[in-house]
Amino acid sequence: MTQTVSPSLAVKTTTIDARGPRFSALITTLVLILALASHSIWVIAFQLIVFAIGALRGPQFTPYAYVFRKLVRPRLKGAVPTEDIRPPRFAQSVGLGFALVATAGLLVHIPALFVVAAGGALAAAFLNAAFDYCLGCEIYLLLLRLR
Amino acid sequence: MELLALIGQTTRVKSLVPILVILAVATVYGLWYKASRGKIRVTGTSNSAPVAALTAEILGAPLGTRATLVQFSSAFCTPCRATRLLLESVVLNMPDVRHLDIDAEAHLDLVRRLNIHSTPTTLILDSRGVEVGRAIGAPSREQVLNSLAGIS
Repeated sequence: MTQTVSPSLAVKTTTIDARGPRFSALITTLVLILALASHSIWVIAFQLIVFAIGALRGPQFTPYAYVFRKLVRPRLKGAVPTEDIRPPRFAQSVGLGFALVATAGLLVHIPALFVVAAGGALAAAFLNAAFDYCLGCEIYLLLLRLR
Repeated sequence: MELLALIGQTTRVKSLVPILVILAVATVYGLWYKASRGKIRVTGTSNSAPVAALTAEILGAPLGTRATLVQFSSAFCTPCRATRLLLESVVLNMPDVRHLDIDAEAHLDLVRRLNIHSTPTTLILDSRGVEVGRAIGAPSREQVLNSLAGIS
């Protein structure tokens, strides 16, 4: 038999189509490549707003998630894999942190800061899109252990 | 600071080098990630430090009479749910094997002591509560069954 040692794990939360965040990660990867190639404050600011919506309201409310629902999802076949919104929301929060630092880097004219921060966000988004990487699985516990 | 200056020099021309470096490093890491996650690794018994047995008192729940699957989960972990469903179904018809699902966040002392870095991590304990294997990431049903078959 299975026993849940911590009741907090049994909490019921909202679940969404798991392919949505993966699609969003792909678009995020492309936008961040564009940002790094152009050093445009507008591109990184746009991505910052998308991350902010994903982190504060939820990953299912971003413009990328809207495109997924309207254009991509109707074309997908097969069983719908679902996932809890908390892991992708956590990933959006990490992305928001990177995007804030990257934007600040451009505003104060320290391009290296921009490249390092936008690069961190690009690495995470690319890993998510290409390898179904679970950022929350890998870094959340490490962050807690640092305390 | 020297590193920042170096990055600054290469980025003044808005070169594509940082993008290519990041994608290359991430690809190598991603391939390793895909290959390593879910594999059950046998816990070495030849370590100089003796492996201390885990008890019901430490884990907060009774152990199985033959084996125990101790899963560590967190709220920000998508494969934790799949792992839970898999292990639930594995132990369903095994009265001598128990599955415990522990919230890592609420048991950080245990997490540090057992050297757990990511979720889900599943420890396979024998009847004495000694760790004989662990899977980082979601394991396959076959691997779990094979591992349990080796415990008498």
